[in-house]
Amino acid sequence: MLLRFFLMGLDRKAGIVLTILAILAVAVPAMTLWVPADSPFHLSIFTVSLLGKYLCFALLALALDLVWGYCGILSLGHAAFFALGGYAMGMYLMRQIGPRGVYGNPVLPDFMVFLNWKELPWYWLGFDHFWFAAIMVLVVPGALAFAFGWFAFRSRVTGVYLSIITQALTFALLLAFFRNDMGFGGNNGLTDFKDILGYDIQADTTRVALFVATVAALALSYMIASGVIGSKLGKVLVALRDAESRVRFMGYDTESYKLFAWTLSACMAGVAGALYVPQVGIINPSEFAPASSIEAVIWVAVGGRGTLAGAILGAVLVNMGKSYFTGALPELWLFALGGLFVAVTLFLPKGLLGMGAQLKAKLPGRKASPLPTAQTANQATGQTAGQKGA
Amino acid sequence: MRRALRWLMAVCVVVATSTAAYAADPRATDLRPLVQALGSGGYSGTEKALTQLSEAGDPAAVPVIEALQAGDLYVRKADGTVVVARKAGDAFTLTDPLTRAALGDAPAAAVEKIRINNSLRRAISASLGALTLMSPDAGVRRSAADAVFKSRDASALETLGAAIAKEQDKGVRAAMEQARAAILLTGEAASKMTDAEIQSATDTLTARGDRDALVLLNMVAGSGASDITKKSAAAAVSTLEQKLAFWAALQNLWYGLSLGSVLLLAAIGLAVTFGVMGVINMAHGEMVMIGAYTTFLVQEFFRAHAPGLFDLSILVALPAAFLVSGGVGIVIERSVIRWLYGRPLETLLATWGLSLALQQAVRSIFGPTNREVGAPSWMSGAFELGGLTITYGRLWIVIFAFTVFAALLVALKRTWFGLSIRAVTQNRPMANAMGIRTARVDALTFGLGSGIAGLAGVALSQIDNVSPNLGQGYILDSFMVVVFGGVGNLWGTLVGALTLGTMNKFLEPYAGAVLGKILVLIFIILFIQRRPRGLFALKGRAVEA
Repeated sequence: MLLRFFLMGLDRKAGIVLTILAILAVAVPAMTLWVPADSPFHLSIFTVSLLGKYLCFALLALALDLVWGYCGILSLGHAAFFALGGYAMGMYLMRQIGPRGVYGNPVLPDFMVFLNWKELPWYWLGFDHFWFAAIMVLVVPGALAFAFGWFAFRSRVTGVYLSIITQALTFALLLAFFRNDMGFGGNNGLTDFKDILGYDIQADTTRVALFVATVAALALSYMIASGVIGSKLGKVLVALRDAESRVRFMGYDTESYKLFAWTLSACMAGVAGALYVPQVGIINPSEFAPASSIEAVIWVAVGGRGTLAGAILGAVLVNMGKSYFTGALPELWLFALGGLFVAVTLFLPKGLLGMGAQLKAKLPGRKASPLPTAQTANQATGQTAGQKGA
Repeated sequence: MRRALRWLMAVCVVVATSTAAYAADPRATDLRPLVQALGSGGYSGTEKALTQLSEAGDPAAVPVIEALQAGDLYVRKADGTVVVARKAGDAFTLTDPLTRAALGDAPAAAVEKIRINNSLRRAISASLGALTLMSPDAGVRRSAADAVFKSRDASALETLGAAIAKEQDKGVRAAMEQARAAILLTGEAASKMTDAEIQSATDTLTARGDRDALVLLNMVAGSGASDITKKSAAAAVSTLEQKLAFWAALQNLWYGLSLGSVLLLAAIGLAVTFGVMGVINMAHGEMVMIGAYTTFLVQEFFRAHAPGLFDLSILVALPAAFLVSGGVGIVIERSVIRWLYGRPLETLLATWGLSLALQQAVRSIFGPTNREVGAPSWMSGAFELGGLTITYGRLWIVIFAFTVFAALLVALKRTWFGLSIRAVTQNRPMANAMGIRTARVDALTFGLGSGIAGLAGVALSQIDNVSPNLGQGYILDSFMVVVFGGVGNLWGTLVGALTLGTMNKFLEPYAGAVLGKILVLIFIILFIQRRPRGLFALKGRAVEA
């Protein structure tokens, strides 16, 4: 039954994605650990961590695509779920430092000693166990998403309004986590991690293992997402993306469908954050910044909204571009990113993966509308536009 | 005591009849022995002479005591005369402390400094406070009275009484009476006072009505004073607390109004682009930023070419910022946004991209650091209104925000341009059929919204840092205001801005600035659940298009 669920959504594209991920999971550890350092095929540990980071972003993009691409909910606050997952993992890693901190307090993290706290706040309890932290990585973002979605979807907050209140959500969390009294390290966040599950977090083998775990999580999430989309439930999701009122009038409880996709997506984003934190070695409130959520949206848009593979592709490509630009031409990065936003929305509404279909539609010579998706997009999301697009 | 009284009477007569400068006054000779006494008998001798000088109540003694305070008072060893000596090269230039007549130079070895210690320093400032009560300058008398109010030095009591009797200026006399009441209530004199006197003293303090008075009355109420005093003080405390709470609430209301008008300014342009046109313009904040940088450029021009007219620079910056931001807005509309009508979420992404590019462009041109934008003289300073302190800068911004709002309202409701905007918004094909050039109206509407953002930038440059990130801080707030107020309704924007601003400022004292802001955000999120279309929702078919 479960197997069927997973296999149901798999098509040719999925085969390609999973094959590439499988190759990565084997080749990268091999090239890092067993190929000698002077060989041209050797990958430095820095590159592995960088790739791992990209794949975490890819997982975030996948989660976002599930709600935006298939459900029509443009979340401008998905980085909040990502960061919450990251904080849950960061709290575990903080507790693992134990007495090796600067102040040598076996229970309290350094920043609490510094703030003169006497005992661990209740919400830190349990985070010394990995299993607890791992559950929290799913539960905290999931619960927040569930509560938020429960209210928002039942009140039929849609389109732009929903996008803006998701921004408000992540902004409120940003402000909250900046506060020292919250007990999450304030401005500096959580950092200076020592080890994970008993292994040194700086060691090459640990980093490679984290990378492999990220690949595995991405592959699993991909299968879950495509399973959901391929199922009957997925058809309803797409239907309510394109015409929510009609689906509701046909008797479907659209709120529950949306809530399910939304919560699932938040959990995936949480996992992405949890894998991200040990690989970059820090989590701080800036991850909640509204801008990072919007950046995640552009990854999906570049790759192709509504194609899971496109989300992954977009996240990896844009972030590779970011790494290149911020290193080589830091002045130009924001121009490039800004230009990308504009160019993709104007010329590639279906993203890179949709480019082929778009070209094919144009070739026969008929002057098609420059924006083939305008109709559906309008119905899905354009409820505030008045009669502008009509 | 008698002697002191005689001095006081003499002083009163003199103050009443003449306010001539102290120098060369016949009374100077009478002070001479006291001044002379400052130089003998060590610390205690100096202190004794100082007390007598201060009891003499003659303002002519002020420069002498000031010289003592500054350490400029010396004794000439040759004849024991007290002189003011100022170092000039190796030697000292001597002058007479009372007449200021030059007494020639003396080598350093020929004079000896009159040294002072901490107890003397206290006595000096107290006696200066008391003596300046007699100053011919009302401002000096007033600050002297305030100083006495703060020090509550009982030795100033008599001078104070004399000064009150002679005081003509109402405000200064009130300040003096408050100072006297403060001394009476806290000093030993309190036990000898009648009930009526105590009552009148507490009344005087209550009339003062500020936090200092409250602290003082609280002190009296909790001190070892007699029961009557305590009771009267406690009653006064509760009256005063109510009064202060009232003014604090009013002050919060003003802060809220001030923040609300800043929000209104930032959001009102968005109310046009988002509210009227339905375009989610994430680059709105950058239009504000461009307006602020235009102000900077205009001010630079004025600084370089017409520094004398600097006060007018803001007035020139207003139309300039409107045109620059509006122009940028029209270019954006023509090049990007017109392809995206009816796809609000795509518009959101594209304009976000534009905002990043604009920020980086400004950063490349002007550098990442804050730019200095000055305030014209008519915008600096503050005035008091009852218990309120109102700065002119904020006052102008409030006035400006409401002016812009009113002007926009008139433009939309009473002009041909506004009519076309509304026509195109409500029914594009029909407006087109009636001969309205819809494409041009779109561009101009977007330009109008952006231009208003530019105006906001001029105002915000006065209270915020002019940096490439200026706009980012306002974009989310602006959206919150528009969404909270209800899209497509200017009055909703007004009410939304003022409500959120006031709420923020009333929460701040209890929750702190950051938590207050978080609470407001949560409030908005919950509010949108209750009323998904904002406070003043548009009704009817247009909504569900």
